[in-house]
Amino acid sequence: MTDFADDAQLVDALRRRDEAAFAALIDRYHATLLRLAQLYVADRAAAEEVVQDTWLGVLKGIDRFEGRSSFKTWLFRILTNLAKTRGVRDSRSLPLSALFDADTDPFEPSVSPDHFQPPGSEWAGHWLIAPHPWNEQPEDHLLSQEVLAQTRSAIAALPPAQREVITLRDIDGWTSDEVCNALGITETNQRVLLHRARAKVRAALDKYFELEQSR
Amino acid sequence: MTMDDGLACQTLVELVTDYLEGALPPTERARFETHLAGCGSCGHYVEQLRLTIKAAGRLTEEAIEPQAREALLAAFRDWKSGKPNA
Repeated sequence: MTDFADDAQLVDALRRRDEAAFAALIDRYHATLLRLAQLYVADRAAAEEVVQDTWLGVLKGIDRFEGRSSFKTWLFRILTNLAKTRGVRDSRSLPLSALFDADTDPFEPSVSPDHFQPPGSEWAGHWLIAPHPWNEQPEDHLLSQEVLAQTRSAIAALPPAQREVITLRDIDGWTSDEVCNALGITETNQRVLLHRARAKVRAALDKYFELEQSR
Repeated sequence: MTMDDGLACQTLVELVTDYLEGALPPTERARFETHLAGCGSCGHYVEQLRLTIKAAGRLTEEAIEPQAREALLAAFRDWKSGKPNA
């Protein structure tokens, strides 16, 4: 995402009633808020209302926001509080922690076991079908629009918690601390979700490159 | 592929994220790096993951719908014009 100013500068400008600063914050965070809200509430319309209320909450509270936590943490705390309340009212009260736990259990291998030498053999656990370089092109060719589209659809196909973590970490560039705070999950759980998400997206891209090269 | 690191490729692929996140204890980290230095196939695997992360980093979130954006900016103007509880 583009960083033409950091959050603290935007918050200062917002306190001075600078509309461009508010617009910049909206552009920076709206999509993420909307996606996250949808984990808590019944449908997209409800999520949109929750996000709208979150922004109104920002305006109401910005003069009292002391910056003891980051703006991002504060913003997502407003969202999750509103979304939880709304989720309960809509009797969709599955706690978010349950959603995030369900996605880490049971164990899912990063690479299909049949790509490795079977247990009991001399080279058990070593590659049987070894990964190959995706191609010999320079990296910019590797990241063509087509490859990015494949990446996007592989991420879209992930279970919700894995999708959320890889999106926050790898698309939005959040730190693991920020993700743990916003989602209320442990460091370990966050890492497991990220690991599985990346492994599945890698596998999808690997399949794509294999098809490309056999053409 | 060297055997003296005692690490199977199948184990290494499950440690990659811990490695990249700096979450491996020092001895595990050393074993990981020793294996990687001697195993070209695992090297390709880690490189593929690096490219996967890079591809995700080139994606952007969907833009906010113009109508929703305009509604929020209208709420901002109400707030600014002195309706503090708008």
